[in-house]
Amino acid sequence: MSGFSLILRREFALAFAGGGGPLVAIGFFLAMTSLLPLALGGSPERLAGVAPGFAWLVLALAALISLERMFERDYEDGSLDLIALGPAPLEMAAFAKALAQWATTTAPLALVAPFVVAALGGKTALWPIITAAGLTGGLAFAFLGGIGAALSLGSRRGGILIAVIVLPLFTPPVIFGAGAIEAFGAGLDWKTPLLFLAAYALAAAALSPFAMAAAARNALS
Amino acid sequence: MIPALANPDRFMAFSRWAAPLLGALAVLLLAAGLVLDFTAPPDDRQGYAVHIMFIHVPAAWMSLFVYACLGGASFFSLVFRHALARAAARAAAPLGAGVTAAALITGSLWGKPTWGAWWVWGDPRLTSVLVLFLLYTAYMALDAAIEDEARAAPATAILALVGLINLPIVHYSVVWWRSLHQGPSVLRAGGPSLPPVYLTPLLIMGLAYLTGFGALWLVRIRGEVWRRRAAVMAMRAAA
Repeated sequence: MSGFSLILRREFALAFAGGGGPLVAIGFFLAMTSLLPLALGGSPERLAGVAPGFAWLVLALAALISLERMFERDYEDGSLDLIALGPAPLEMAAFAKALAQWATTTAPLALVAPFVVAALGGKTALWPIITAAGLTGGLAFAFLGGIGAALSLGSRRGGILIAVIVLPLFTPPVIFGAGAIEAFGAGLDWKTPLLFLAAYALAAAALSPFAMAAAARNALS
Repeated sequence: MIPALANPDRFMAFSRWAAPLLGALAVLLLAAGLVLDFTAPPDDRQGYAVHIMFIHVPAAWMSLFVYACLGGASFFSLVFRHALARAAARAAAPLGAGVTAAALITGSLWGKPTWGAWWVWGDPRLTSVLVLFLLYTAYMALDAAIEDEARAAPATAILALVGLINLPIVHYSVVWWRSLHQGPSVLRAGGPSLPPVYLTPLLIMGLAYLTGFGALWLVRIRGEVWRRRAAVMAMRAAA
């Protein structure tokens, strides 16, 4: 078995063994959804209007909450040292970790998002674009989030520091995704923003493993 | 110039006279720019609100220029592990956050009388400058959170470089929205569209900001060098 699939399997096993896999993030998503009508008032028209944008924003936020575990746990118990010493390059391990983060956290959220939009009274016809934007944008969130998680290693400030680092980097995918959802709902050209979102996500997947590995090496040195 | 200044002793000897010189130049330019600004006639449509331009536009120019300095210094710090480049990056961040905040605040004060709103959400310029401010904040937060200097230097440099790549993307991604903000009026094809009575004080104020930043940057880098020397002396005294 290659090093890549080994690390990927390990990440999946860890995510489902201790943390309940994607359930925590989905729970966060649903809790935020139940708070929204309490904050905005229960008026159905208002909720229906904000539902797609809200679902997209909370998806970005929910992608944040589990980032802290991505490197910190392995850093504390020494597994990260072993991975860095092993034959597989650290860049590849970082790629596998971010991919597992996407598959266990952000991708399930993208599948739940259309139900949240429907529950809030949003247009059910929007579900293909919400799922598509969530799956592609989630890839960007996982990889960019990994940079923040790796940079904050050993800083003892954890979660809030990751949020401060990562949220400015989330701006372009949030803009592209919201643009695609809005254009789809209005019957305009939604392919261009979606393709831009895909381009940003793929560039993040290609480049951020190097930043993650550099940051992790720095923390281990 | 940069390789010669990479030596800390040579840098300290250079900045000892360069910093006050730039500072004096900045004060003179600021005085000249403000006099020309206040003697300029009010604008036909904006009235006296046009005077905000001479504070706002140079601050907005500097917000990008300082980030470029931060990114450049971070590159040298990360690739060559140069201590002075790290000091330069660290010294630039609060200055950059300051000019960016000044650009945002004066822009907001200018927006109220001319656009009728303090802030327009979704506007390309406003959003990308706000994200720039957040990037400066993230840099300073990460710098403050890592106590070990040997680890803080590469980590902050990686963040600054990631932000450097991200910034043009933020800018162009929001350009799709329609903008209320004025397009380029100085650096554009066909020459500046501003009349000389406004253009001259604007350019003088731009130079005042530039020299002022240069002076403060040098002073802050000197401070970083002194701090490091003091730390070394304290270690020696303890050992």
